[in-house]
Amino acid sequence: MAIATTWRTKRQRYSLEGEVCPTCHQAIFPPRDVCPHCSEPAGPVHTLSGRGEVYSFTTMYNVPRGFEEHRPYTVALVKLDEGPLVTAQLTDVNEQEVQIGMRVEMVTRKLREEGSEGQIIYGYKFRPLLQQSA
Amino acid sequence: MLNQPVKPVGIVGYGAYIPRYRLPGAEISRIWSHGAERSPVKEKAVPGLDEDTATMSVEAARNALARAQIDPREIRAVWIGSESHPYAVKPTGTIVAEAIGATPATQAADWQFACKAGTEAMQAGIGFVGSGMARYVLAIGMDTAQGRPGDALEYTAGAGGAAFILGPADEAVVVIQRSLSYVSDTTDFWRRPGSHYPRHAERFSGDPGYFGHVIPAAEQMMELMGAQPGDYDHVVVHQPNVKFPVRAMRALGFRPEQWQAGLLVPEIGNTYAGSAIVGLTAILDVAQPGQRILLVSYGSGAGSDAFDLRVTERLLDVQRRAPQTWDYIRRRVVIDYATYARLRGKLATT
Repeated sequence: MAIATTWRTKRQRYSLEGEVCPTCHQAIFPPRDVCPHCSEPAGPVHTLSGRGEVYSFTTMYNVPRGFEEHRPYTVALVKLDEGPLVTAQLTDVNEQEVQIGMRVEMVTRKLREEGSEGQIIYGYKFRPLLQQSA
Repeated sequence: MLNQPVKPVGIVGYGAYIPRYRLPGAEISRIWSHGAERSPVKEKAVPGLDEDTATMSVEAARNALARAQIDPREIRAVWIGSESHPYAVKPTGTIVAEAIGATPATQAADWQFACKAGTEAMQAGIGFVGSGMARYVLAIGMDTAQGRPGDALEYTAGAGGAAFILGPADEAVVVIQRSLSYVSDTTDFWRRPGSHYPRHAERFSGDPGYFGHVIPAAEQMMELMGAQPGDYDHVVVHQPNVKFPVRAMRALGFRPEQWQAGLLVPEIGNTYAGSAIVGLTAILDVAQPGQRILLVSYGSGAGSDAFDLRVTERLLDVQRRAPQTWDYIRRRVVIDYATYARLRGKLATT
């Protein structure tokens, strides 16, 4: 990922910063110029809650260049509570535990490093909801 | 001795983070001594492949924000103390500030003072808030400590830490009644630029290092405040192992029931810049209004920061607004030494 791309997308990657369409009021992620639901101009910045559920998933053993260090890992389509569907790695989970419908929450993690001298790219992943004492 | 801030300052939100992997001390002993050596801790916390001081700080900061319930754009400094910043040059502070939505009208920088870097950030934050330059400051102590394979410190070099949002005392869950520092040039533990692992001066790191700073800092605080050990409900000091803090607190006149809630090192190891302050978060999870807490950090090189703290009525409202420290401690996945070697980058793959 080029330095410029990394810089431009940092807020959406770090904190799921999307938009809400001012016309049809649906959540949009990632942010864009035109609403994908009603084709009107997209709306003001809106940070999504980061909560959602696994819509589908797969575990990757053959991985793209740059991600070898992390293999194997599980990638999921996550249906966010606000509506958008995002693709992301799951983390802090054993792949045998993953199920469609599993509740997950967003965490900001290291996506990859561009070698030992390049930049470190951070972004959103999802993990099972942290168990909290009652 | 430090003067007091013009305006009274307190902690308005706090948050902990501890990664989920645990390496038992018995596993390290199995590798390096065929089980003959006895580990100074039960186990230590180990970060995952996708975790570092920046990501762990972000989660602790989000927990602190959830408790403080303030607008992150009102934070005027994001200061992160660590000896394991992901970059040698480029601040962790800007990454964390961006992730929590505190940019652009904020100071952002990294502090370095071995295991005291987090409380150093808190001291500076007291000055910033107490002078009126800032309404809120985010001070974090967080580490992913590296232990040289086979070294005595490999048993304890853990990962974790805590974030504190400092703000006006009248909004605080804990009022900072007084703080002070006690510092000298003492070379007991260090890492030169370009070196991967720190070195240490064996027994020298105990006395005059650890005990030579923790004990006088605590004594000076009690003298200044006209307090006796029995006046505190909780005490928490830096925890490089179990033996050092227990010996120091006993020598100062404290009893086990005063240090029980904050002594986390048997479960998570030494979290370096996070060590004393993650213990403080565990205390705050169970503390009651009116209780008094003594916090003393220690950083090699060397120095201690001491804080006299008083819990307010507001604490009860915020304790459960975010995951508690023991929620993270209980979230444990035990790993073997081979997995540890992989997670901590100790395998040459290229």
